[in-house]
Amino acid sequence: MNYIPSDLKVVGTRPIRPDGVEKVTGRAQFGADMRVAGMIWGKVLRSPHAHAKILSIDTSKAEKLPGVRAVVTSKDLPHIANEEAFVGEGPMNFRDLSRNCLAWDKALYEGHAIAAVAANSQAIADAAIALIDVKYEVLPYVIDVEDAMADNAPILHEDLFTAGVEPKPTKPSNIAKKVVFRKGDPDAGFKDADVIVEGRYTTQPVHQAYIEPHACVCSYNSDGQVTIYSSSQGHFMVRAYCAKLLGLNISNIRAVAMEIGGGFGGKTLVYLEPVAIALSKKSGRPVKMQMTRDEVFRASGPTSGATIEVKLGAKKDGTIVAAQEILKYQAGAFPGSPIGPGCMCGFAMYDIPNVDVVGYDVVSNRPKVAAYRAPGAPISSWAVECAVDDLARKLGVDPIALREQNGARNGTKTHYGPTHQNIGFLATLEAAKNHAHWKAPLKPGQGRGIACGFWFNIGGESSAGCHIAEDGTVVAVSGNPDIGGSRASIGMMVAEVLGVPAEKVRTIIPDTSSIGFSFLTGGSRVTFATGMAATQAAERVVEDLKRRAAQIWEIPVEAVEWKDGQAVPAGSNAGAFEPLDIAAIATKAGRTGGPIGAEVSLNAQGAGPGFGVHIVDVEVDHETGAVKILRYTAIQDVGKAIHPSYVEGQIQGGAAQGIGWALNEEYIYDKNGKMDNAGFLDYRVPVASDMPMIEAVMVEIPNPRHPFGARGVGEVPIIPPMAAIGNAIRSATGLRMHDLPMSPPKVRAALDAVAPKMAAE
Amino acid sequence: MPKVLITGSACQRFTGGRSELEVSATTFRRLVLELEQRFPGLGKQVEEGMAVAIDGEIFQDAYSATFGPDSEVVLIPKIGGG
Repeated sequence: MNYIPSDLKVVGTRPIRPDGVEKVTGRAQFGADMRVAGMIWGKVLRSPHAHAKILSIDTSKAEKLPGVRAVVTSKDLPHIANEEAFVGEGPMNFRDLSRNCLAWDKALYEGHAIAAVAANSQAIADAAIALIDVKYEVLPYVIDVEDAMADNAPILHEDLFTAGVEPKPTKPSNIAKKVVFRKGDPDAGFKDADVIVEGRYTTQPVHQAYIEPHACVCSYNSDGQVTIYSSSQGHFMVRAYCAKLLGLNISNIRAVAMEIGGGFGGKTLVYLEPVAIALSKKSGRPVKMQMTRDEVFRASGPTSGATIEVKLGAKKDGTIVAAQEILKYQAGAFPGSPIGPGCMCGFAMYDIPNVDVVGYDVVSNRPKVAAYRAPGAPISSWAVECAVDDLARKLGVDPIALREQNGARNGTKTHYGPTHQNIGFLATLEAAKNHAHWKAPLKPGQGRGIACGFWFNIGGESSAGCHIAEDGTVVAVSGNPDIGGSRASIGMMVAEVLGVPAEKVRTIIPDTSSIGFSFLTGGSRVTFATGMAATQAAERVVEDLKRRAAQIWEIPVEAVEWKDGQAVPAGSNAGAFEPLDIAAIATKAGRTGGPIGAEVSLNAQGAGPGFGVHIVDVEVDHETGAVKILRYTAIQDVGKAIHPSYVEGQIQGGAAQGIGWALNEEYIYDKNGKMDNAGFLDYRVPVASDMPMIEAVMVEIPNPRHPFGARGVGEVPIIPPMAAIGNAIRSATGLRMHDLPMSPPKVRAALDAVAPKMAAE
Repeated sequence: MPKVLITGSACQRFTGGRSELEVSATTFRRLVLELEQRFPGLGKQVEEGMAVAIDGEIFQDAYSATFGPDSEVVLIPKIGGG
């Protein structure tokens, strides 16, 4: 059932977060905190070369080192066929996943795992790693996406042929896939246009930069039972991947979700767990593995860097009549960049009759990319939203007015096919137009920019439960690791249905053997989909509570109502009975049918898309090229905010990560294809002193497919910041920056390049 | 008859570039069979690799979905997230 907003007593309030005390007192158990009896340490030997054939691996000296209990290479994992399935955050090729965990015949990037050791201590494991003798034949490498697409580029995979082109290629290529989306007649649209803007933009790979590194403890028992404790965005995902990569039965693996210190999409893959299980099997001991920060950067997925060409055509009255985008995304060492959503998201906010989008998924000698908040969309929108700004300037119109004129509304058919329904894009633009920030005066030298973002949001398979304890308090169970506050939101939805305060519900995340399957925590789906399951479980419990009250009162169940956490007679005809609260009914549970609880598993559809509009003011230091963020406002259609503070936190967090992407973050490689800045000193994420308070403005357009109207909120806020800041720099300096990050050296160089021209003028 | 729209190259490669089809199926499972029969390989591609939007609503997994004679079914890539 759908709940009426005005009736809500818990949903929409801001109770204290349930995991807060444990986290601020340091008692929360993250993956890296886990220790078990008899545990030993695993370490990985990684390739020093960007691209090399592995001629031989001699582990004999390492195996003889006292304290070493096991050494594994890819030969200790089953060789898996080239098989693709959609089981995680995108199509997953298990052969590639296996090769990423331990290289087969080639090292494909600096940091690629070659072998692993388990020993009594970390020091012994480190010493043993140094004793492994690997003979390489170093190969030419390629880092840049367009270099990798060139005819003479070093080829990473001899069996990779470009998909999506006709006739089928006969030569291997680094271009894994070409995708095309076309609507209308783009050529005719551009011919019809009075004004055309175009530009070529680039982005660099950026890391999700979660504070907690990848970490796990894995135990392979002699009876074949496996236990995994790890930090991930889906313990069911970890279980499924490990089973596939190691040839195990899924039911023989129990995965336990630890607290997670950030994921943002980067923990939707496995890197260490299969290796730790193989080491545990060989050594007979539980094995702990934990990446260093250096390893996190060199060996776990950033998102793609890319080149984007964009072109917009409009009539003099501002109507956009044609749009084109060519996107080239780095996939890293194996195919699978987020090129699909990149192609779909850039123009999804607009009603454009003629659209042509071509995308390329390209491998190069970098770590395999992983999902990162709204995968693919920020890159595409960086170019499109800068172009929309240029178009507004060329037409001499307000950038919000231009977006309102061309913005998607209910009934707009997107260029990738679906028709928008129940969307709130125009409402977010309206909120931006009316916000004090948009109207505030700027001082000389300051600039203001605006940009927008779209994300689909997803649902999917989820399990959740609701159990009444003997004293009438409530335990909610969720099949998803809690990354962004889902314990709070799920507990609140259960509390709302039961009619009890949020504090009466404790939400926990059981292991994979104790609850039904749930797809991973990603795509901003958990509050929507798992929340839907939890709501239905609580509704079943309410029905059961009513039945038991009817049994106690000896009246028909139809004569019982559930109101404010109590069973009450439905009317005077039902009889005069004192209300029964949950505790009163729970005390008689044994006599009325046994324990009270319900679990619901479902496959949620109908996730409503989200839209965001960001406004930013900047000041550019002409001497250093540094860009200072003066004021930042992020407006978003959030459906119904279950716990507004968490929603605001998601919006602020996404904007902060986008600011880092815009101004500083990038992978820097040396002339040998090795990463030069694998640490937080040199890979600069924004810190508190870089940021103003980010004002989050929630626009609530309820999603009718969710009982409380929820939409996913975690993806959208990372999409607009890069273009909003680029547009603000354009406003402050007159310079259109085309390359991310807009770091001090690049901004200073751009200022220097135009200085003589400006001086002459 | 329901209309199937194919906007991306992932499926158009099976249809020789055709972007619009009329089908007789009114359930997703029948649609998969019909597409496979008419364009070998397309049914499998749709079942395993595609999401569909039925009258505007995106289904990541449309196995049990039904649609009417005037429905529009759009084949799109499956969507993940971060």
